[in-house]
Amino acid sequence: MVVFEKPKSLSPVPFHYCPGCTHGIVHRLVAEAIDKLEIEGSTIGIAPVGCSVFAYNYFECDMIQAAHGRAPAVATGLKRTRPDSVVFTYQGDGDLAAIGTAETVHAATRGENITIIFINNAIYGMTGGQMAPTTLPGQITTTSPYGRDRKIQGNPIRICEMLSTLDGAAYVERVSVDSPKNIMRAKRSIEKAFRTQLDKKGFSLVEVLSTCPTNWGMSPVESLEWLRTNMIPYYPLGVFKDTTEE
Amino acid sequence: MSTKVLMKGNEAIAEAAIKSGCRYFFGYPITPQTEISEHLAKRMPKVGGLCLQAESEVAAINMVMGAAAGGSRVMTSSSSPGISLKSEGLSYIVGCDLPCVIVNVQRGGPGLGGIQPAQSDYYQATKAGGHGDMRIVVLAPASVQEMAALTAEAFDIADLYRTPVMILADGALGQMMEPVDFSVSSPRSLPEKDWAAKGHGGKRKKNIINSLYMDPADLERSVHRRFARYADIKDKETRFEEVMTEDADIVIVAYGITSRICKSALNMARSKGIKAGLVRPITLSPFPDAPLKKAAESAKHFLVAELNMGQMVDDVKIAIDCQRPVTFFGRTGGMMPSPEDILEKIEDIVKSL
Amino acid sequence: MTTKILLSGFGGQGILFAGKQLAGFAMHSDYQVTWLPSYGPEMRGGAANCSVIISDREIGAPQVSFPDVLIALNLPSFDKFEPKVTPGGLLIADSTLIPKATERTDIRAAYIPATGLASENGLDGLANVIMLGKLLKERAIFDFDKFCNYMANSIPASRASLIEKNQKALSIGYNYK
Repeated sequence: MVVFEKPKSLSPVPFHYCPGCTHGIVHRLVAEAIDKLEIEGSTIGIAPVGCSVFAYNYFECDMIQAAHGRAPAVATGLKRTRPDSVVFTYQGDGDLAAIGTAETVHAATRGENITIIFINNAIYGMTGGQMAPTTLPGQITTTSPYGRDRKIQGNPIRICEMLSTLDGAAYVERVSVDSPKNIMRAKRSIEKAFRTQLDKKGFSLVEVLSTCPTNWGMSPVESLEWLRTNMIPYYPLGVFKDTTEE
Repeated sequence: MSTKVLMKGNEAIAEAAIKSGCRYFFGYPITPQTEISEHLAKRMPKVGGLCLQAESEVAAINMVMGAAAGGSRVMTSSSSPGISLKSEGLSYIVGCDLPCVIVNVQRGGPGLGGIQPAQSDYYQATKAGGHGDMRIVVLAPASVQEMAALTAEAFDIADLYRTPVMILADGALGQMMEPVDFSVSSPRSLPEKDWAAKGHGGKRKKNIINSLYMDPADLERSVHRRFARYADIKDKETRFEEVMTEDADIVIVAYGITSRICKSALNMARSKGIKAGLVRPITLSPFPDAPLKKAAESAKHFLVAELNMGQMVDDVKIAIDCQRPVTFFGRTGGMMPSPEDILEKIEDIVKSL
Repeated sequence: MTTKILLSGFGGQGILFAGKQLAGFAMHSDYQVTWLPSYGPEMRGGAANCSVIISDREIGAPQVSFPDVLIALNLPSFDKFEPKVTPGGLLIADSTLIPKATERTDIRAAYIPATGLASENGLDGLANVIMLGKLLKERAIFDFDKFCNYMANSIPASRASLIEKNQKALSIGYNYK
């Protein structure tokens, strides 16, 4: 009896992610959803710029690597020309919520029938721990060395709350991968996001609160605890928009 | 009854795109090229295509990238300031070897500049389309008929060599009307796009569309491969027009709308007994060195005329190995010279010979 | 044979439309032709002009700096372009809006109160076409009947009511003494 195996649509190569980073978990959840829905052959994934830039190496479906923040525009161009394919982007907080905000908001408001997996770990990982648009007030990063000061660096952005005001967004949920229970919930959410697309219901986005032990300067276990006590209160979990039953 | 239709240059590009099988257009409004997206917004739904107005030039070029990555014929258009915004996407498209057509109906610059015709994006188009070691193919039409014909060619060249191709026009060509005959076309046989990311359907290994290389040796190899292709393009796709160069003492070099003005000046010069000729580059990149080199064997002087401050001059000097003096005459900022202005310059040169 | 025509007036007077009719008919009659408008904010109420070149040879520069024919529909156009009409050329001025005459003796001038005639005949907005009628009379570039037919065919069926008005305007201009 098989107790544990790699999802078919996850490539048999080692991840480059740091120890304790939750990207690996989310990659797995995405691959499990693709397997369960049996859509690997028709799926095209779009990798961002950031820690998950190599996502094109990790999924077995066709992949495109996009410029920083532009994945939703690339996804739009692809999906509009290949409406029968399944198109998802996988983006971090700097990519989606800073340099790519316009592309994100407009893909959502147009109601592009695509799925976005949004990894929010409140920091720029690949460049070495700089302040992200989602860095919490008071959080120390290399570019907010005295803690993020709202008066100087401004406020963090809550993407799910913002996108849920848009008519084109069909399904928007924030989940977390800090515990087995929350991981199971994240799995269901990602699967539902893909289903939303398959049912041609419109734009779907799942924000996944994630950890960055390396740049947070914590152990993986401490990171999970920090996520729970600091991020979840600021970025509450839950479904912000769901018109899929309408 | 002729099969010609009277059309603006912008409309001719749009209609030619449809006739070339392009069914996807992503753009953003900017004067003086907006008729392209207006025409396509009307026509695309009628041929089962899509004309989508993006939230920005940046988004538009990335939508083009997505569509091209999926293997579709796709086009975007803009004017000078908008092309600057597209340069990031253009570099990624080159890095991913994706075919697409980009139209630049130039206006004066820098900055917001003006909306009148200019050719001041020559450097940007031919040398600096985006970051990195890159070139794109740049076609410079000089009539509304050529706007149509070169658009059709642009799609074929793009698909054949997996490169973006730019139509570099200007506000005058975009806005003027001339008769166009769309029946003239000679489609080429093109390779299948087996590299496209359109879903592997479980029938092949996955395709990756990517411009990132962590090993510099890999990146260098990919750039070398691309430059070998540029050499191939230079061999096979370089185009130009020569007018009365055989016996010319003075050879004018001009492209696009300026070449039209120069042709008028050329006729005036000839009627005064001045032996003037014209070389008109149709491909600005690759640049047609050969006819200029040939002309330099007998011509005494070259005159480069452009709607800018002399951006093509270096290319001409390089083409003729600086064997002959090269004079520049240009107007910029949206100003257009008259044939009389060019003639005056020719007559000045004659005095110096 | 090349004829360089400049039509000039205010935005909204149908300058570009009149030029397009000339260009369209020229193409229809197998001439080479170019039509170059002034574009931009001018199209929205300021000065408007368009260059039309009709030739039996390849046309070089599309802009008309020195017109063989100037059709002026307002005073600023008259003042700006009248001195540039080529010797032996033709000036047609809308005398309702241009209260002066040329002092040049090396060009031919025709004056027609096109705007006034348009409003007297219930043809508001068609002074441009009245001017075209006058052009057909003064310069036999085109045959009047053929032009009239072309104009009728170039107006879409959905706007058929305009055909008669345009043809009427054309004859008023053509027959004005």
